[in-house]
Amino acid sequence: MFSVKNLTRPGLAAVSFDLPTGALAILQGHSGAGKTLLLRALADLDPTVGEVSLDGQSRDSMSGPSWRRRVVYLPAEPGWWAERPIDHFTDGAALAAGLAALRLSDDIMTRPIRELSTGERQRLALLRGLLVKPPVLLLDEPTAALDEDATLAAEKMVLDSGATLLWASHDRAQAARLAAARPARHFVMDHGSFREAA
Amino acid sequence: MDYVNLDTFDLALGALLVLGNAALSLALKLRLAGSFLIAALRMTAQLLLMGYILTTLFALASPLWTTLAALFMVAFAGREVVARQDKGFPPLIAYGLGTTSMLMAASLVTLFALNTQIQPQPWYDPRYALPLLGMILGNCMTGVALGLQSLTRSVQDRRLAIEAQLCLGAERHQAMLPITRDVLRTALMPIINAMSATGLVALPGMMTGQILAGVPPMEAVKYQLLVMFLIAGGTALGVVTAVMGGVYLLTDHRHRLRLDRLAAD
Repeated sequence: MFSVKNLTRPGLAAVSFDLPTGALAILQGHSGAGKTLLLRALADLDPTVGEVSLDGQSRDSMSGPSWRRRVVYLPAEPGWWAERPIDHFTDGAALAAGLAALRLSDDIMTRPIRELSTGERQRLALLRGLLVKPPVLLLDEPTAALDEDATLAAEKMVLDSGATLLWASHDRAQAARLAAARPARHFVMDHGSFREAA
Repeated sequence: MDYVNLDTFDLALGALLVLGNAALSLALKLRLAGSFLIAALRMTAQLLLMGYILTTLFALASPLWTTLAALFMVAFAGREVVARQDKGFPPLIAYGLGTTSMLMAASLVTLFALNTQIQPQPWYDPRYALPLLGMILGNCMTGVALGLQSLTRSVQDRRLAIEAQLCLGAERHQAMLPITRDVLRTALMPIINAMSATGLVALPGMMTGQILAGVPPMEAVKYQLLVMFLIAGGTALGVVTAVMGGVYLLTDHRHRLRLDRLAAD
């Protein structure tokens, strides 16, 4: 169970919800409504007040890095700390399978990051996060730069991961597709306020 | 030692060159004439004042006054570090970080030189302690200012890369390591360049001064070498301390990047 109780930070009114293990929640709202603020707050990337716990274990009882290995946030704009994609991965076998599933060729792994397309970078970042095998994934528009086929492949891979998912998406068709694939709850952010849609 | 004594007329004759600069600036409409004259007057006043102060301090040879003079120099160097920050740490933080690291690095290296290579009697003799500290501090200040500015600029430019690592469970020092390395290289490069160019491109001011004052060239060279080694050691120590302190302040105990601790635009 991923539990959030009265989580606040500047720009974010108190947020509370519980997500059972393996559940899917779709987070919607206009640009600037506070979706990213919420996801960052859950990942403990910004100072917050409130209680967050996973499987009964409070976030405050563990270090920031331990929490973020369990609750992985995938930002809309991924960052890269080395020149080539290959230097961001450690598990070679899992990487090869993931690349194939996301319709990426092996040779992009040794090309400079700056030469890759936005869609290629976005899929690599998604794969990088999935390979951590976190119990909870916080996804911030993970397929915004992908074409339809690549989007469907990415959605399948994320849903198959078995992680508890909080998925921010602008795309109504995507929200409908995800809800059809797995029972989903719908959360809405509006001017920094959180609510669950009926 | 015999050396040619300079009188006021000699200095006035030299100052004519600065007047020449001002005239050139007027002729070419560079709008630098005022700056040239003010800078020259300021330098004259500062150096004369320094001359009087050093004469008094040397005559006193007191550990208390020597320490106070050293602290005063570090306090001014800290002010200079703050002045060289753009969109970096808030002034008080930059001042605290700058003065602490420079005080630690410059005083350790000066004490090392005074107690091992130079060994004046008494060991704190201001005639040796203050010029040594001044030379180490001047270079350390440049390195620390450059290091802090480069650090705060880099974390803003490369925020996504740092947070990408934090998001996957990296600890703060691990996430900041690539940037810390680049920043240290940037801040230490000037001292490497200075050592490479010394004697080939430039004759250092201190050595030239000693030669003009009648010291045999090889003796002046030995002193210059010692001073350059001390400067290199002091600068590296100060820069590493300031940059590591900066990394610590830009992250928190939960291993988060805290850009909110930088000065607002």
